[in-house]
Amino acid sequence: MTLLGFNFARWWAIVAKEFIQMRRDRLTFGMMIGIPCVQLILFGYAINSDPKHLPTAVLSADHSVFSRSLVQALGHSAYFDVVAQAATETEVQRMLAHGEVMFVIHIPEDFERKLLRGERPAVLMEADATDPAATSNALGTLQQIIDRLIDRDLTGPVTTMRGRPGPVELRIHRHYNPEGITQYNIVPGLLGVVLTMTMVIITAVAITRERERGTMENLLSTPARPAEVMLGKIVPYIIVGYLQTSAILLAARFLFQVPFHGSLMLLLAVMFVFIVANLSMGITFSTIARNQLQAMQMSFFFFLPSLLLSGFMFPFRGMPVWAQSIGSVFPLTHFLRIVRGILLKGNSLPDILPHLWPLTAFLVVALTLGIRRYRQTLD
Amino acid sequence: MNPASTSFAIDVANVTKTFGARSVVNQIGLRVGIGEIFGFLGPNGSGKTTFLRILCGLLTPDAGQGQCLGFDIRTQAGEIRRRVGYMTQRFSFYEDLTIEENLDFVARIYQIPGRREAVQRSLERLGLTERRRQLAGVLSGGWKQRLALAACLIHSPQLLLLDEPTAGVDPKARRDFWEEIHTLAAEGLTVLITTHYMDEAERCHRLAYIAYGNLLAQGTVEEVVRQAGLATFEITGPDLPALARQLRALPGVEQVVAFGLALHVSGRHPQRLAEVLAPLIQAPRTLRPIESGLEDVFIGLMSGARDNFQ
Repeated sequence: MTLLGFNFARWWAIVAKEFIQMRRDRLTFGMMIGIPCVQLILFGYAINSDPKHLPTAVLSADHSVFSRSLVQALGHSAYFDVVAQAATETEVQRMLAHGEVMFVIHIPEDFERKLLRGERPAVLMEADATDPAATSNALGTLQQIIDRLIDRDLTGPVTTMRGRPGPVELRIHRHYNPEGITQYNIVPGLLGVVLTMTMVIITAVAITRERERGTMENLLSTPARPAEVMLGKIVPYIIVGYLQTSAILLAARFLFQVPFHGSLMLLLAVMFVFIVANLSMGITFSTIARNQLQAMQMSFFFFLPSLLLSGFMFPFRGMPVWAQSIGSVFPLTHFLRIVRGILLKGNSLPDILPHLWPLTAFLVVALTLGIRRYRQTLD
Repeated sequence: MNPASTSFAIDVANVTKTFGARSVVNQIGLRVGIGEIFGFLGPNGSGKTTFLRILCGLLTPDAGQGQCLGFDIRTQAGEIRRRVGYMTQRFSFYEDLTIEENLDFVARIYQIPGRREAVQRSLERLGLTERRRQLAGVLSGGWKQRLALAACLIHSPQLLLLDEPTAGVDPKARRDFWEEIHTLAAEGLTVLITTHYMDEAERCHRLAYIAYGNLLAQGTVEEVVRQAGLATFEITGPDLPALARQLRALPGVEQVVAFGLALHVSGRHPQRLAEVLAPLIQAPRTLRPIESGLEDVFIGLMSGARDNFQ
């Protein structure tokens, strides 16, 4: 049957052939079903742009009923989880710099006494504002928490003070990014995102391409050893990775005026681990994939959760524990903390070590897997 | 083992390789002398490529043992690879590299001393000098084959494994190619070559015929023909296709093949075949006995072998 030159038998021949090919390429088909499922789960369950239960430390110089109930009230609110009682100022600063806690509440000496006298004691809340989105809601509720607490606890002779504005003076210090500029957080993060995407894809197709073009058989018949082939394929892209890094860092500095507090050398050294980790992942994919399309799909399958679970798009602490655990596997997650730490917090090597070793571990595992999967024969 | 301690470049026995339930190479034993050009023939999918891959260590055999250039094929694949030039059936060099860059890459992989000179020599030897800056991808079949051969030879291998090197190459280029192979063999290089062409088979010093994984015949051309014990008659005259159908049904007739304007009829018993044919052939048709050719023998071997797909 032909209608206006469109022949249905021929059209059906194409449709039928496409279905057969789709069925033959199981992996592609699986990805087509799998990727939406993963997206659904991640967006539906893991992503939360209103993070709660943020780790908070208390540095209290006042051991009164009031200060204790203030700490308690913080803990009862959904936003703050009091995880540590700090003893000294330096301890507090270390916790913030390492990202162990996101908030530190300072309760001054004679808090209760001043409160009762109506002297408006000042409570200082220090926040790690590298990611403004992660802290803003929590800080927004702080005043309410304090007001409600005062309302409840100021009874008896001091009821007169209720309702009057601010029996407690709340001071908020947003560290590292005082103006809450989103770019300060996004641009350094973008460095990791861009590298993850390009590095994994570029090497994922590297070996697959050799197999697809038939050059693999030739390469295998030479004395070249797996490690030589792998590392040979990785090195040129390390250089590409550094070129990308320079471009993004220059843009960060001159287009977005992102502060750079830490050491450039340290950052470049960490970049190496991060770049090689991603390249190794790509190489491993390319030993599994049968064609370049599959290699691309695998890269995407890796990239998507990296992007969503690393804390780049959505606050890491906002995710449920299971999602955080998955997120902690990806190099991007650790790299983000390192790069934000170095650029915005001025972190030095000891500060970033807790995030550097998971990155290194990932690198070692991915590279070993890749070399082991690369076979020297065609069996 | 020392490569000099044996007079055979290839000496293997009982080599077997199965993929799933199908044995692609079935207990093949082969001895190829140093400096010999050994032809490997057989229908498509008969296991020729698999056997070559086993020899150069690209596949590990399931059973069998032997040596290639004095090195164990099971345990010393690395040593063998260094000394073997393997030319794959499909062009397997980098199409986005030039001829010179491809050769240079191979020379580096094999750590050729005096690399630049070696590449130049190789370009000159195969007449590729003028084309050295051309991308391999734009070359015609004949030039690709020259490049592949040049690349296989750059590390001065002792054994050349060529997998259908002349498929899709024009007759002139094919003849030049064989000239080159004979020159190399005269210099002491051993060549194992697979082909489908009978004229090429006749250019080899010795041959083996393999079908569906089994080695069916080996020896010189004369030996292979003699071993087959095939008698052949040539029939000419009108209306041969109808006659061919008729002949195929007769007892003692094993194969009837059309060769141009004649039919070749073969069977194992000359006496009986002549008796069966004589009454059917009257003027203007003619009947005369001829020497069995290699092609008659191979078609006979091939139809006699059972395809193990079924």
